[in-house]
Amino acid sequence: MASTTQLPTAPAPLPAPVATRRRPLKTGRSRPNFLGGLGGWLWLAIIIVPVYYVVITSLKNQAGFFTSNPMLPPAEPTLDNYKLVLENDFARYFANSLIVTVGSVVPALFVAFMAAYAIVRGKGRFLSWTNNVFLLGLAIPLHATIIPIYWMITKAHMYDTLLALILPSIAFAIPVSVLILSNFMRDVPNELFESMRLDGCSDWAMMWRLALPMTKPAVITVGIYNALHVWNGFLFPLILTQSPETRVLPLSLWTFQGEFSVNIPAVLASVVLATLPLLVVYVVARRQLLSGLTAGFSK
Amino acid sequence: MSTTTTTREQLSRRDQPSRRTLEKGPSGWLAAPALAFFMLFAILPLLGVLFLSFTRWDGLGEIKLDGLSSWNTVLADPVTGNALLVTAKIMFFSFIVQAPISLLLGVFTAASQKYRAALAVLYFVPLLLSSAAVAIAFKALLDPNFGLGPGLGLPFLAQDWLGNSDLVLFVVVFVIAWQFVPFHTLIYQGGVRQIPTSLYEAAQIDGAGRIQQFFNITLPQLKYTMITSSTLMVVGSLAYFDLIFVLTAGGPGYSTRLLPLHMYLTGFKANDMGAASALGVILVVIGLALALFLQRLGGKNRNASQLEGA
Repeated sequence: MASTTQLPTAPAPLPAPVATRRRPLKTGRSRPNFLGGLGGWLWLAIIIVPVYYVVITSLKNQAGFFTSNPMLPPAEPTLDNYKLVLENDFARYFANSLIVTVGSVVPALFVAFMAAYAIVRGKGRFLSWTNNVFLLGLAIPLHATIIPIYWMITKAHMYDTLLALILPSIAFAIPVSVLILSNFMRDVPNELFESMRLDGCSDWAMMWRLALPMTKPAVITVGIYNALHVWNGFLFPLILTQSPETRVLPLSLWTFQGEFSVNIPAVLASVVLATLPLLVVYVVARRQLLSGLTAGFSK
Repeated sequence: MSTTTTTREQLSRRDQPSRRTLEKGPSGWLAAPALAFFMLFAILPLLGVLFLSFTRWDGLGEIKLDGLSSWNTVLADPVTGNALLVTAKIMFFSFIVQAPISLLLGVFTAASQKYRAALAVLYFVPLLLSSAAVAIAFKALLDPNFGLGPGLGLPFLAQDWLGNSDLVLFVVVFVIAWQFVPFHTLIYQGGVRQIPTSLYEAAQIDGAGRIQQFFNITLPQLKYTMITSSTLMVVGSLAYFDLIFVLTAGGPGYSTRLLPLHMYLTGFKANDMGAASALGVILVVIGLALALFLQRLGGKNRNASQLEGA
């Protein structure tokens, strides 16, 4: 869990929050903050109640759902709903989601990293123009471009393929990735690059041997952020795919809801199952994830 | 010229790479792949949507140039005005609800107590759910017969929340807050942690209380965090498509049919891609205007000021 950035020469406080998960903020709390505590617990309740409801309901059978108190756990919990969902091609949708997510996040990171390096280290009108294009991309609701994208994908005979989801996902992930990566890279001291240059290093080597290790927290942040987005994406799959063979998880929830609208516990079991993979990842990589995201957007 | 002092530059000139190589920086080609992808799937479609707004197209057949007729259709349609109003309402209310909650929660979770860190861990959970999952969960939870209301035995909670056109907008705003406040809390939490503790120490010596510290140190120091978060919140609300699509499908009636959803339904359900493209253009213009306005509000280019105040 190497979340700290070690710098030999640090002119300004560097990506501090990455390393500061436990940095105490001494605001001299002489007396406890009751109001803050109350608000904090209240929000927890707001967060937890729906989650609790979904989980307990997914364990009820149809009869139990109609007769028992909605907020009480089932008297006889059953996993039948989960069985039903798993029998309905859950594994395929999961695999599709995985392919689309990895297939978009890795290339997006790769090209965005190179672009960020060029923008931070390079000079010239072309690069500043490039940077402005990406900044513009952040401000535009890119969903508005879905109709021409649909046209392009259809014309390229990629409609209803996973590639149709991957290509635009890469493009849409680029602006925010370049922004976060270049913000981090600006803090890498110039002297380090210069001394590597003096040693005769090429840009390619500097990028992977210096810039990448130095911006590792940002790379992780960007990777996670994009992965969450693509994994949970709904609009592209809705418009660019059609058949069950190319269905991804969020879309499968929606179609499942349509097919099993009378069986609410089963629908909610599909919600739990679709969330479970991310929850597992969260439990395993929680620290990295939270500190990365906090740092990535507070810069 | 001087031969007595050896500066860094001179050293480098004597060593192998010329000063020119040293200063030239990397080739712009490194940015080309990212730029190409983005041009092809974002900028080009952006021009495409403008072009398509002057055509007639049902999504399958031929695309025919048709002048301003799509624009006339869209602008004459009262549903467009309504969609704009719904969008503005959702944007406004969800901002009003989300901004203070996430600011306060961010400040709250940034402190060092263990239990706050534990709470922050749980706050994050909604971010893991897809909008489709969130919408389906709330649909079930808000059911007047089998949801939260009857479960708690509270009659006022047992309403037909999603079927009541006066209430549904606020339900949507609530669900949006449920899903997105955690993300903005995280942004604020990071922002607060970047505030130098020395400021608080100094304030304490001056005898400032907690509330004074909050208003005189925390808030001003969070200026850029606020701009980032607000921009994401406002521009993001133009992309609440999936949540609302699954939760209400724009209904009842047109009461939650906001602009992106209206665009989708016009294009892919009513098969009028020309009109949908015109709506897309409107969406882009609004998003761009809002983002520029918010950045202007920030006073200066944020990227130039990364190291200030750190």
